[in-house]
Amino acid sequence: MHRTGELFGQYRTLEQQKETASLGMWIFLVQEILFFGGIFLAYTINRHSYPTAFGIAGNMLSLPLGAANTVVLIASSFTMAMSVWSAQTSRKALVTISLIATLLLGGVFLGVKVKEYKDKFDHHLIPGHGFDITYCSRNPAACHLEGKELSNEVEEIESGIKAEGGETALNAHAQLYFSLYFGMTGLHALHMIIGAGLLLWLILESRKGRYDANYNTPVENVGLYWHFVDIVWIFLFPLLYLINRHLV
Amino acid sequence: MSENEHHVVSPLLYLGILCALLIFTGITVWAAYQNFGPFNIVIALLIATIKMSLVILFFMHGKYSPRRTQLVIISGFFWLAIMLGLTLADYTTRHPEPSRSANPPAIAIHRA
Repeated sequence: MHRTGELFGQYRTLEQQKETASLGMWIFLVQEILFFGGIFLAYTINRHSYPTAFGIAGNMLSLPLGAANTVVLIASSFTMAMSVWSAQTSRKALVTISLIATLLLGGVFLGVKVKEYKDKFDHHLIPGHGFDITYCSRNPAACHLEGKELSNEVEEIESGIKAEGGETALNAHAQLYFSLYFGMTGLHALHMIIGAGLLLWLILESRKGRYDANYNTPVENVGLYWHFVDIVWIFLFPLLYLINRHLV
Repeated sequence: MSENEHHVVSPLLYLGILCALLIFTGITVWAAYQNFGPFNIVIALLIATIKMSLVILFFMHGKYSPRRTQLVIISGFFWLAIMLGLTLADYTTRHPEPSRSANPPAIAIHRA
């Protein structure tokens, strides 16, 4: 494995060697676009078929937590970009600091995600036998629902049952939403975990002063991957959290 | 070492992109609470696409990449458009299956 940025025989210049690495990373990311694209397609078709159930289920997510996570992830993309700039301008200490900041922000994102998953578990929103979209409207104390929020939810569930033609149908279609929710955010979180591992490796290498203006390909390519994961979330956030907010 | 010089994006530009992304996040949350009828989803996706473009062009240096790399980026979205376009064309023009609309399915689905 080359670490110091020497020129390999098959390349004419270091620039060409670098561009080749970047091109390879992009080809991998294009494959990732299509990989996530298939799941977005499944989401689109099911949302198109069951708009009411998807709207009701989507409103059960916590918008404050989702929005906060969007901000955290965008901030982590910024710190990642800063680590690339620091490497390009040979600010070796700043490379490490920016990478650590990125890793910490990624950790915050995953921590919030754990809290959200736990809430869904408590609210009987995990697809399977225990799934019950009406759970919170029937046990408001268990979900900390009260006042206007509670009356809104009860009203929404009632209109949903009417529109879907029964509680069974509403539950079945809401489960589709939550299967997609856990599938999509779970796959995204898996990418974040892999990204965190890569960041950890970069931090350890960067502490040895490996990355500077002459050699920073790993920082750049992990950066590309991290920004891609950010882009996936940029689409997941409005599609999962913001479906029918104006109806509540 | 002139050949090894990569286009370096200034931290100020990165900061500007960060602010733009945060502002667009605010706008998309605000827009979700307005009733634009069928255009709510269009606006949400439009804002997400703008945010994505900013990330690709500046954070991912797409704007400063060689043409060959830019072609690969665009081809990715071209293939995505083929997958989404052709599949949705099928779903939106296909007549509903008889078992779905008029007659109930032969096998009853039991739910707990």
